[in-house]
Amino acid sequence: MSDSIKLHYTVSPDDFTRAGEASGDVKSKLKKMGVSPEAVRKVAIAMYEGEINMVIHAEGGEIDVEISEDDITMILADKGPGIADIEQAMQAGWSTAPDNIRSLGFGAGMGLPNMKKYSDDMHIETEIGVGTTVTMKVNM
Amino acid sequence: MKLSEFIEKCGFELITEGKEDVELTSVYCCDLLSFAMSRNPRGSVWVTVMGNVNTIAVAVLTEGGCIVVAEGTAIDENAIEKAKQQGVAVLKTSKPIFEAALEAHNLISV
Repeated sequence: MSDSIKLHYTVSPDDFTRAGEASGDVKSKLKKMGVSPEAVRKVAIAMYEGEINMVIHAEGGEIDVEISEDDITMILADKGPGIADIEQAMQAGWSTAPDNIRSLGFGAGMGLPNMKKYSDDMHIETEIGVGTTVTMKVNM
Repeated sequence: MKLSEFIEKCGFELITEGKEDVELTSVYCCDLLSFAMSRNPRGSVWVTVMGNVNTIAVAVLTEGGCIVVAEGTAIDENAIEKAKQQGVAVLKTSKPIFEAALEAHNLISV
């Protein structure tokens, strides 16, 4: 695998039935490439949480994935409301998700903490009213 | 225990079939999908009351062994469709979560 592989996904707004399709697709591609099960699991969890966040908070968005010899980079960009206080959002249990989201089993305030836990490197750029871009890296 | 043997012996109602030769290694209980997402063990019997499409997605991503929807909770039609499409075994029981999990545990721990 000398050249990197680039993948692009669009996350539809308000569509919980399709959330997980992008991470599922990346997961099966990584498995076929023979990537270690541990790295595959980390990517799948981190990316699915990101997808769910985009559906809940940001009316969807765009995901770019780059798979290189050394790592997998996921860039999740949305045009949502932005995160007012990243430190607070990173705390396990903190959530601004509405009740209808909670009744689906989400909104436990574990999204961003899970993304941080399962990626080897995570960076958030956010601006109120403009959007949020989360870049995550998982080492091979 | 193989999934096929579990399905045969557990007495829960089979809703969708999965990959029969999957080895079931543990039982996991949780209804919060974000917790399950990071903690559902590979090859688990996951007992939950969440019968929606996202439960299926989490089971697929975590490579769980099967899902048991307990307490007689309804399973959404699109969740059943997704489970069929993804080859995830879903079972159903009216038993409370604890009892269902205990039975599953006793069965696979033999």
